[in-house]
Amino acid sequence: MKKNTGIIDRLLLFTLIPTVFIALYLIFIWSPVEKFMGASQKIFYFHVGSAWVAFLAFGVVGYYSVRVLIKPRLQHHINAGISAEIGVLFTTITLITGMIWGKSSWNTWWTWEPRLATTLILWFIYVAYLFVRKMDGSMEKIARLSAVFGIIGVINVPIVFMAIRWWNTKLHPVVFGEGKNQSGGGVEPDMLVALLFSIFTITLLYAFLMRKGIEIEKMRHIVKKAKSKAMEKLAG
Amino acid sequence: MISILRDAWTIASKDLSNEIKTKQTIGMMIIFSSLVVLIFSFAFDPTNNMVKAVIPGLVWLITVFSGILGLNRSFLSEHENDALTGLRSAPIDPSSIYLGKVLANFILVTAVQLVSIPVLFLLFDYRFFGKVSWFILVVIIGTLGFIIVGTFLAALSANAKNSEMLLPVLLLPLLSPLLIAGVQATRIILENEGIADAASWIRLMAAYDLLFLAACFFLFEFIMEGS
Repeated sequence: MKKNTGIIDRLLLFTLIPTVFIALYLIFIWSPVEKFMGASQKIFYFHVGSAWVAFLAFGVVGYYSVRVLIKPRLQHHINAGISAEIGVLFTTITLITGMIWGKSSWNTWWTWEPRLATTLILWFIYVAYLFVRKMDGSMEKIARLSAVFGIIGVINVPIVFMAIRWWNTKLHPVVFGEGKNQSGGGVEPDMLVALLFSIFTITLLYAFLMRKGIEIEKMRHIVKKAKSKAMEKLAG
Repeated sequence: MISILRDAWTIASKDLSNEIKTKQTIGMMIIFSSLVVLIFSFAFDPTNNMVKAVIPGLVWLITVFSGILGLNRSFLSEHENDALTGLRSAPIDPSSIYLGKVLANFILVTAVQLVSIPVLFLLFDYRFFGKVSWFILVVIIGTLGFIIVGTFLAALSANAKNSEMLLPVLLLPLLSPLLIAGVQATRIILENEGIADAASWIRLMAAYDLLFLAACFFLFEFIMEGS
């Protein structure tokens, strides 16, 4: 069992390293430079990739939260937590790269555009989720409480999305698309290849981080158990 | 179902009679909401015309800020003498504890609003042209949603040592759609822009209330289970 997971980890790592380099090559050298935005358009590839992984990670949190409530197991709890941590990390990256993008293309760090506001609220919800996980108490209790909060948070996301769209557009219908500046024309085929490849790379990175995180968290639990056992021995 | 409601009413009346005896929480909430109004009168010059634009937001701000004080108390007070264990071991459905607390908190916050919103209008010398009945409807639906989510998260955060700090952090992001809808609907009604525009916001608030009431009603059991 132990050996098996090691092989998967190593496989992931050895595919990840060349993929990252290929992605960097595709992004910075191979793909064409955008006419209006210039080099700052390159941030787009990281931005979209990390946004996608953030959403994926939060979906995984929701999935494992439900499973914790159905059948409480430590594994599910750990998975949900690690996924939330990675999700918050990638949401932060998305927000920061988005702000840099905004500064260079719209000349403002932040506008209350629906997608920006939703992402920010999403970030706050999952930071709160991490706070719930840091509460003190027994393991089962925290697993249950954080799962409950995870589910409530997941329910909230689509409502926030709708509310913010209505709020900004004054009830006019929104065409589901890539935002105002990208409507019409779409993405250049070469750019699309680079984009898809960078999304793939970041997803791979997510899988790798997830596995490593779970492993570390499990070790932490083993140490904790051993520690409490040792303490008991010393006390008794 | 009837028994759940009856038990809920018992718990709510216990909380309320407690509150009527001491008047501690409600007093604090009223003082606090008045203080928020006071601070805002410094932040925005009340003689300025701009104030008109912030009044709808202010209505919800004082509700949420003073409401959080009451929500914090509602489960923490049960920790004294381990009353929560008593509630948990009582032969009642856990959901009725939740409903009872929602009811008590709702009445408490509404009582605070009855004082603080007129004070707000008075101190800012706001004349409003809209229909009072619609305004009351929006306030009630919005407050209900706030209490539904707030009570649930108060129960959740009461497990932590630093629950006073934890509750706002958990609650405010989850409230964001309700607050957006509430502020927009209030603005439309206060400015008498036509009810039809406000209707879709009110629908959103009602949907939020129902969805979260159902979710919290079923999930509350997991919060109460063991410890």
